[in-house]
Amino acid sequence: MRSREQTEADPLALDCARAQREIAESIKEAIVRFRRRGAVVAVSGGVDSAVCCALAARALGSERVLALLLPERESSADSERLARKVVAALGVPFERHDITAALEAMGCYARRDEAVRAVVPEYGPGWRNKITISGGLVGQFNHFHLVTASPDGTRMERRLGLKEYLQIVAATNFKQRTRKIMEYYHADRLHYVVIGTPNKLEYDQGFFVKNGDGAADIKPIAHLYKSQVYALARDLGVPDEVLAATPTSDTYTLPQEQESFYFALPYRELDTAILYLEKGRPASDLARAIGVDDVTAARIYADICAKRRTTRYLHEPAILVGGA
Amino acid sequence: MSSVKNQVRDYIMDNFLMGLRDVIVTDQASLLDLGIIDSTGVIELISFLEETYGIRVEDAEIVPDNLDSLEAIERYVARKTFESASSLTA
Repeated sequence: MRSREQTEADPLALDCARAQREIAESIKEAIVRFRRRGAVVAVSGGVDSAVCCALAARALGSERVLALLLPERESSADSERLARKVVAALGVPFERHDITAALEAMGCYARRDEAVRAVVPEYGPGWRNKITISGGLVGQFNHFHLVTASPDGTRMERRLGLKEYLQIVAATNFKQRTRKIMEYYHADRLHYVVIGTPNKLEYDQGFFVKNGDGAADIKPIAHLYKSQVYALARDLGVPDEVLAATPTSDTYTLPQEQESFYFALPYRELDTAILYLEKGRPASDLARAIGVDDVTAARIYADICAKRRTTRYLHEPAILVGGA
Repeated sequence: MSSVKNQVRDYIMDNFLMGLRDVIVTDQASLLDLGIIDSTGVIELISFLEETYGIRVEDAEIVPDNLDSLEAIERYVARKTFESASSLTA
């Protein structure tokens, strides 16, 4: 048993063996409850889906897991390379479907580019883009910027108005939703469940697409902080290269680290901030723990709460009129 | 002529609250604390202010001191329109 001092020294420390046992039990219980026979996991090349895939394989046996690699034309080549390493290391069968044609047919790229051009008229073939969120940590309301890079590498950053912001996000959401359609196709075909891969930071802060990557039958790591996911990944034998890669959204064409897109902090600090907020510890404690001043720590708390408020809708099921 | 406060209140009642009158938006009330605006709502509010009053809201001005209550918004819009008029006559 760990001493009180050890617990306080590293409140995010995870008993990996115990976590694996509990999660494996939960996965098996979900499958029995839903009367399914196995699990589908989309493997992106990132650490979260790698851990989910490994946990499913441990719980059910690799032969009862199907991994899906679902790239599209704007995915980083590195993502697929890492995803292949994951499934090879775990010995899990996989299928690969390029979803580009489906996205083109639905107008994902064209609708996004139309909104981008409304902000940057010269945007065209060979240009790249991403959205960033900022403001919360400097006492502002969060707001969004479009960053573009022309083929010669010239960068431009413009604040997004409502219409363009919503259209760009709505169009890129086709990616997560199309992947989920493919996951459920295979789950239905094989009589499997779909495993969702959000970690606690993503789940808490609403960093997922409703009915996209937010849709699943079981979310085995939504209670784990990102640093705990890494600890579990090391324990489960996830390839080192996956552990070493910077977490990205792999949704936009410019490289986009999660912390510049959505999270205001590196994951280790955000882990601590959410943990401290949940434990009701004052901002001054957080300030000392992550080495910022008290004002910044208070703004971090406010930013976490603001993102929870903004994304509450993503967690809500449909409202049944009459309280049925 | 209707005050900025009343115009913004009407806008909020019509667009954010769908005319439901069970939320009282007083002049001083925090729109954030009332749960009326979030980060998307702020962008929407900014678009309304820019279009209605012909001002440009700079990034550094997207702060609660300027936008979190009807009173703050009225003060902010008055300052921006004054600055804009001053720069035209300078």
